[in-house]
This record gives sequence, structure tokens and C-alpha cells, in this order.
Amino acid sequence: MSQGVTKLIHKYLRHDKKFPHVWCPGCGNGIVLGALIRAIDRIGLEKDEIVLASGIDCSGRMPVYVDFNTLHTTHGRALTFATGIKLAKPSLTVIAIMGDGDATAIGGNHFIHAARRNLNLTAIIINNQIYGMTGGQSSPTTPYGSYATTAPYGLIEHAFSIAELAVTAGAPFVARGTVYHVETLEDLVKKAILKRGFAVVEVISNCHVQYGRRNNMGDPVTMMKWMRDHAIRVEKASSMSIDDMEGKFTIGVLADVEKPIYTEEYQKIREGAIKRRPAGGPGHG
Amino acid sequence: MSARKGQKRVLLQGNEAIVEGALAAGCRFFAGYPITPASEIAELLSMRLPLAGGTFIQMEDEIASIGAVIGASLAGVKSMTATSGPGFSLMQENLGFACMAEVPCVIVNVMRGGPSTGLPTNPSQGDVMQARWGTHGDHPVIVLSVSTVQDCFEITILAFNLSEKYRVPVIILSDAVVAHTREVFTFPHAREIQIVDRALPSMPPEWYIPYEDSPSGVPPMAPFGEGYRYHVTGLVHDVRGFPTQRPEEIKALINRLFRKITQGFHEIQKVQRFMLDDADVSVIAYGSVSRAARQAVKEARREGVRAGLLQLITLFPFPRSSVESVLKQCRGVVVPEMNVGQISREVKRVNRWECKVEKYNRVDGRLITPKQIRQLIFKLGT
Repeated sequence: MSQGVTKLIHKYLRHDKKFPHVWCPGCGNGIVLGALIRAIDRIGLEKDEIVLASGIDCSGRMPVYVDFNTLHTTHGRALTFATGIKLAKPSLTVIAIMGDGDATAIGGNHFIHAARRNLNLTAIIINNQIYGMTGGQSSPTTPYGSYATTAPYGLIEHAFSIAELAVTAGAPFVARGTVYHVETLEDLVKKAILKRGFAVVEVISNCHVQYGRRNNMGDPVTMMKWMRDHAIRVEKASSMSIDDMEGKFTIGVLADVEKPIYTEEYQKIREGAIKRRPAGGPGHG
Repeated sequence: MSARKGQKRVLLQGNEAIVEGALAAGCRFFAGYPITPASEIAELLSMRLPLAGGTFIQMEDEIASIGAVIGASLAGVKSMTATSGPGFSLMQENLGFACMAEVPCVIVNVMRGGPSTGLPTNPSQGDVMQARWGTHGDHPVIVLSVSTVQDCFEITILAFNLSEKYRVPVIILSDAVVAHTREVFTFPHAREIQIVDRALPSMPPEWYIPYEDSPSGVPPMAPFGEGYRYHVTGLVHDVRGFPTQRPEEIKALINRLFRKITQGFHEIQKVQRFMLDDADVSVIAYGSVSRAARQAVKEARREGVRAGLLQLITLFPFPRSSVESVLKQCRGVVVPEMNVGQISREVKRVNRWECKVEKYNRVDGRLITPKQIRQLIFKLGT
């Protein structure tokens, strides 16, 4: 089994790219990449059909390693580039991979508007609750009271809940998984890619190096156990009291509704506009 | 331009002519954010692009607008955005990305008074140096200026052509007066319009090296989704597009980015010479100021002063040789600008002759008049 999975992964890696990768030992990013590749393989998408766009952070390096059309954009802007690509070529499957600071701090505006606008894009946000690449500064998802290199006395801000933010902003498909629940994660990513509309998967991940070390969880296993003990499946959460859910978070599909898709609506505008073309308006003969 | 048989003559404002030029050049994607005095470009394209099978989108801000423009261009579609000073400031980050990743795109900046929110409805030329150096790091970029409605059409086509040919962002600097002035405009015949498209790879995907050097220094550009799977990044990259920190690879990339533009100076650096052949005193101007300058030169000639005008169409790369020939020939040169002196610095920088360079500046939101320029011509000519 494991050999089969490895071979499957190799099929999608760029062999001419200088490995090893930039991620720390035990990092959750590799698990997310594995889930993404397996989901793409199970769906049966061709490499040429896929665009993987990232922002700037540890996850931003992910596109380098995979043999798709890959784009490493500026910090927080992956969804804006993805929007342009999708509009120009709606047949492409466009996936944006982002971090928590990337997607909800510097890219927060783009994130909520992408959710509202509803292009058929997939947004995977790896939430490790810290700025890892730049050295452990607090992010919009760092929990209240945690320590970070820019919160040496403990953080006095309150965290975003990314998946709930996406639901509120109007994303028709929103899911949350973790790098501990690997099979669930693969399933959620697959559902998100197949979803017709803007689909968000928040992945709770571990940065034991920059977050865990300063918050009594200095190794990946401890952080994984924390995920195991605090993640509640949405189906189960619905029957739990608010008190029981204190400090816990839900995993699974949080929202799945149908909404008109931007590119399809725009195609209707094109066809309608040609029919209703204003006679006296400016035009190039 | 006088209309010939079958040619369409219309009354257009500068912003509308930019739209016509963009469509004629093959622009099929626009992403933008509302801002005075550029909004008409977005409004008109929101109506026109779907008719042409293209796409218009209003984004959440100017950062997103240029991001979407770059994305669409990577997918193979000619793309543009339009803004004014405050929005142009926000675009600088991704403008640098387009320079680094060599993504063709056109950015129109209809200049208004600054700094900050400044004078939204008044003309200015305050963004000249920002257009050249606004994004961080050493980077090549092309900056063009427009002075008439006819220019707005023709220079927009030129902007797309240069952007496609050299794989570089091209910035068009307009201003609130050019943007909103209505003038008679004659559409050229479609066959008279020369259109340049980016070079596509001719080799099979497995042979494609996306950032490989060549004599032109401009690699062919494969659109996403057509079998050429490669990596695009804002990081310094090797010829395959992957991040590198090797000194020889860094140097090779940055040098090539500049070399590809330097080699094209002969066709990038555009100027218009007016009554310069025997000129003794000249005006060097661009944008709407060059219109006042042209009038001033004519009037000065009538008064017996041998005056001329060098109108800069290309501001950057700075058309040094054209400016030098004027400096060499004339006793004095006036550089009138609606800023505190931006191109005048460039003119002074290249002046190695006895020519006296006088700058003349207005920053009160009003146009420079022919009379003001004429007085300076007389001062230098006597």
C-alpha cells in the first residue's frame, strides 16, 4: 500500500527540481500535498488541466514541486491571480494554496471577495496558526494568549476562524480538516475540487518549530495528538452542547450549497449583450 | 488626421479612445477598481468586452485588479487595467511581479494631483518617476505618455505591442485633461493597424525552457493549460523558472531583463519632433503640456524666434539620444511640467553641452498655458 501511494505521488512530482524541499522535518505541508495529489489522481484530472497557484509562505513553495501549471504569486494575492486565470480559461481547474497569514491577513480582502464572487476555484488554506517562514510571528489565527516572536508576553488579539469566515462571506462549499485525519482530508479536498463554485478547505496543520515550541507542543506528535483530541466531526458536533464544544473545533463539510457561478453567468452576459447590442453606441467598425 | 472615404469619424474623450485602442490591439481582459479620473475606461469596457468575447471584472481593490490582469495574461489573453495615482501606488507590488516573471500587461495611469488622495479631478504629471521606479528593486519597464485623443488610441496599441514583444508591463501616463477632453477622432482602417502578439513556443513541451536566453533576450511564452507545464514565480529564478540563489544565475536573469529592453531602444523610444531642424531654443514636453508647448513654439516662430518642440512619447527608457541631439543643437531648452520637476532632472542629467536647461513647473492643479511657455522661450532666445 505505502509503496503504491509513493509511486502515485512520484507520478506528479517534478523530478528535475532540486529536492529536498524547504519544509522542516515533520511539517504538515507534505501531508496536505499528498492529499491534494491523491485527490487529483482519484478524480482523474490531467496535469495540463490543473493550475496550482500559491502566495508567499511555507506553503507557497508547494507549486515548485508538482508537475502542473504552477504559479508562485505575491504575498496574499494567490486568489487574485487565480481569478484572472480562471476567467481567461474557465476550462482549467484552478487551485489556490495559501497559509493562514497569507489568506486572512494580507490576503483577507481577496479571500472574502473571492468567496462572495463565486468563481469555480478551490482554495486550500493551511492553518498552522503562525507565520512560519518569517520566524514565528503571530498570525490572525494564533490563539488568544499564545506566545509568538511578536507576542513575547502573550497574544492579546482574538483569532479568526477561517472556515466560519468563508461561510459568512458566502462561499458555497466550506470544509475543515486536519493533517492528522489524513483520509478525511483527501476526501474533503476531492469534494472541494469537484464542487462547482468557490470551495474552501481549511486544513489545521502543525508548525511545531515556530508555534509548538513556544506553546508547550514542541514536536509534531504532540501537535497531532492535540488535533486528534480537539477535532469534532460536524455530524457529532450538532448534538453537542456549547459547553462541550468549548476549545474544540469542527471538521468535515461545514457548508455545501448551490449558487450561480461567475464564469457561467458571464457567458450569459456575453450572449445576451450581443443580442441587445446598443445600436447608437460607440463601436469600432 | 483627415478622414478618408469609409473611415469613421467620431467625437471621443481620451479615456474612450484608450478603450478603442485596447480593443483594436486585441485586449480581451480588463480588471479594475473605480477611481477618478480613470473610471470611464472601466465603465466602457464593462459594456464592450463581452461583445468582443472578452471579460471585464471589477475587483475588490487595485492590488487584486493587477493580480487578475497578470493571471489572465498568463493564460494567454491580452490584459489591461486602468487607475489613477492612489490605485497606481497599490499596483506597484504586482507590477514588479509582472517585470520579474515577464508577463505582458498594460497599466493606464490617468494622473491626478498628489500626493495621497490629492486632487482627484485636476490634472498633474506627478507620477512620472513613480511609473519608472515605483516598484521595488532594479527592474525594466516601459512608460509612454499621451497628449491627444488620437494619441490615446495609437499609443494604447503601441503599449500592447511593446508589452507583447518584450514581455514587460507597459505603463501609459495620461492625465485628467487628456482623459476628459473630447476631440474628433478618426478610426484608422483595420488593415492600417499593426498588431504584435507575444511569441509562442515553437518547440514541443519537453524541449521548452521557459526563461532561456536568446539573442533577443525575450523567451517565447507558453499560455497555461496548453501542455507546457512550467513554474512562474516572483522569486529570482533559473532558466527553468525555479527559485535560485546562485550568483551566476541571479546575474544572468537581471542582466537579461535589462538587455532585452536596451536592445529594443530603437523601436521603444518614441518622440515627435516639431520645428526642430533649425531650432535655437526648444521645449521638451510630454502629455497635455506638449499641446501648450506646440502652440507656444508656433507663436514664438511668428515673433522671429527659432523655436522647436521635442515631444516625448516614451518617457522610459528615457529617449536619451533624441534629447541629446536637441541639447547639442540649442542654446536653451525649457522643460515645462505639471509637477515640481521630474523629467527636467533626466534632461539635466544627460546635458553635457553649453545648453541652458530651464524647468518650469505648475503644481496648482491648473494647466500650463502657451503664454507661459512662450515667455520662457523668449527669455532663453534673447
